[in-house]
Amino acid sequence: MTGLEAHLRARRDEGRKLLVPYVTGGLTNWKEGIRAAVAAGADAVEVGIPFSDPVMDGPVIQDASQRALEAGATPPGILAEIPTIDVQVPIVVMLYYNTVFRTGHERFASLCSNNGVSGAIVPDLPLEESGHWCEVADAAGIETVMLAAPTAPDERLPRIAARARGFVYAVGLLGITGERDALANTATAIAGRVKAVTDKPVLVGVGVSNAAQAREACRVADGVIQGASVVRRLMESGPDAVGDYIAEVRAAIDEK
Amino acid sequence: MSIMVEPDGSGRFGQFGGRFVPETLVPACQELEAGFREAWADPAFRAELDHLLRTYAGRPSILTECNNLGRQLGIRLLLKREDLNHTGSHKINNVLGQALLAKRMGKKRIVAETGAGQHGVASATAAALLGLECKVYMGAVDMERQALNVFRMRLLGAQVEPAMSGSRTLKDAVNEAMRDWVATVESTHYCLGSVMGPHPYPWMVRQFHRVIGDEAREQCREATGDDPDVVVACVGGGSNAIGIFSGFIDTKARLVGVEPAGGAAVGRGVPGVVHGMKSYLMQDEHGQVQEAHSISAGLDYPGVGPEHSYLAELGRAEYPAVTDDEVIAGFSLLAKTEGIIPALECAHALAWIAREAPNMAGQTVLMNLSGRGDKDVAQMMDILK
Ligand SMILES: Cc1ncc(COP(=O)(O)O)c(C=O)c1O
Repeated sequence: MTGLEAHLRARRDEGRKLLVPYVTGGLTNWKEGIRAAVAAGADAVEVGIPFSDPVMDGPVIQDASQRALEAGATPPGILAEIPTIDVQVPIVVMLYYNTVFRTGHERFASLCSNNGVSGAIVPDLPLEESGHWCEVADAAGIETVMLAAPTAPDERLPRIAARARGFVYAVGLLGITGERDALANTATAIAGRVKAVTDKPVLVGVGVSNAAQAREACRVADGVIQGASVVRRLMESGPDAVGDYIAEVRAAIDEK
Repeated sequence: MSIMVEPDGSGRFGQFGGRFVPETLVPACQELEAGFREAWADPAFRAELDHLLRTYAGRPSILTECNNLGRQLGIRLLLKREDLNHTGSHKINNVLGQALLAKRMGKKRIVAETGAGQHGVASATAAALLGLECKVYMGAVDMERQALNVFRMRLLGAQVEPAMSGSRTLKDAVNEAMRDWVATVESTHYCLGSVMGPHPYPWMVRQFHRVIGDEAREQCREATGDDPDVVVACVGGGSNAIGIFSGFIDTKARLVGVEPAGGAAVGRGVPGVVHGMKSYLMQDEHGQVQEAHSISAGLDYPGVGPEHSYLAELGRAEYPAVTDDEVIAGFSLLAKTEGIIPALECAHALAWIAREAPNMAGQTVLMNLSGRGDKDVAQMMDILK
């Protein structure tokens, strides 16, 4: 498979908006949820590796993480299952830094590449702390996505974009993951600020909560990440509901 | 050269510390670092803080020699009486500093986490005094065992919000406070209650608590003509310990930080990263943070401040653990022999002293009595009946 960035760029450059759902690994039917999402038009998938103390996550993903951990999910266990998902889009893992640190940078990077993972998102590893992991990940062919937050001053954004591989994750609001009634103004603002300094794909995540909001974010961004809205449907209704939802978002962002 | 200096540019004490926070919080941590550095170097800020410490918190806190218990244990035992500060613990030193700094930086609101409730009460107190809005996150389990402090915080005008996730104790209260801060960072200062978290907190909070050690060193010389042989404090995140250690780091004194057996980050942990810092952490083989279990809500924490991890690694300080049963005995011991009811947290330090006294015969032992036990009386009534 081509790399994450190459894959996303190629699709973007064809005029397609990018849709990346997030699913907590180890949750009941998580792999079925991913397959349904890809069949419905996801361009890549984020697999969340559950952590005991997810400080960037709101109630839905906290609950999902807790359930997955109680069901016995472990990082190596989830990684080992990734090749069995068998989808034709890149898979990115999203996880907190202690999982990487405890496993060891080299060992974690090779666990990822041996299991067909294309990229990694580590939300509590900001630019200044990311140097060594990024080098190790680069060497192993794991593309480390960097986050750009609304609070970042202008001078910081080019440095974040330069270090980012795969895509740049524009954080849509000040706050944690979870569904909101409206798209925050910060979502398109940060996407625009990041796009002004990089040609890499720029996706907005955190607080993009439904098809209409995804469409609104995509006026500026190259695509969106759908986290809590997907995980909630998987927990409440199962994989088919995830497929239906992703199809709905797909249609909304494809509409000219 | 002293080993207790400013951390390096990345906030490291040796390999420990750092700033492992979401991108959203990086600028706020950088501003706080610059704001603290500037304020700490400003004589006007220092004078204002000093004035509050003297005229509001009641500093300097006294040094009490425990003749009865000392005789019984065969040592010379001195207590640094942080329990006599306003609000009943050492926590007020840090909180007054941070609340003044928050105001100076134009923040209107503070959030805080609390375990035993002492940091929450101190935060609510400073907020009331300085006209700040205050929200305190507290584990639901701790709200039950420290109900008196919940009432005190509310009386002082603070909002107390239960942390319902995980073990529902201090670790989870920190998670909730950080989640609040991520959403409110533009108007809000996170008033962290110990020498933990992302840079600059471990350094800044230590500087605000140095006053304990600086005073104690003078007082000790006055009382005994010399530095103590042993300096002992309990360790949750480690703020009262680092405060008293900082006065004696350059002396020959043995430095002892006492952890609960069920929350022994240094004793049972391995390096990990949570709550913004790299430090010793109780965790499983995959890096999932383990729940601590301690009779004392203030020490019920699976991590420890990074500078303690550094001092442990250097061998400059040692971090033994005591059991809940030893703590209960230590609590009663001080009450019966000296007429002082200690907080359950500092009863850990007493428990270690009682256990180790035979190996310290004739030595001068200085203990930080970090708080008073009033908040624990209801819990102890159940345990001791
Ligand atoms: C009296 C007292 N001592 C100690 C602690 C533990 O904190 P630290 O280790 O930061 O001193 C607490 C925390 O609640 C406390 O109330």
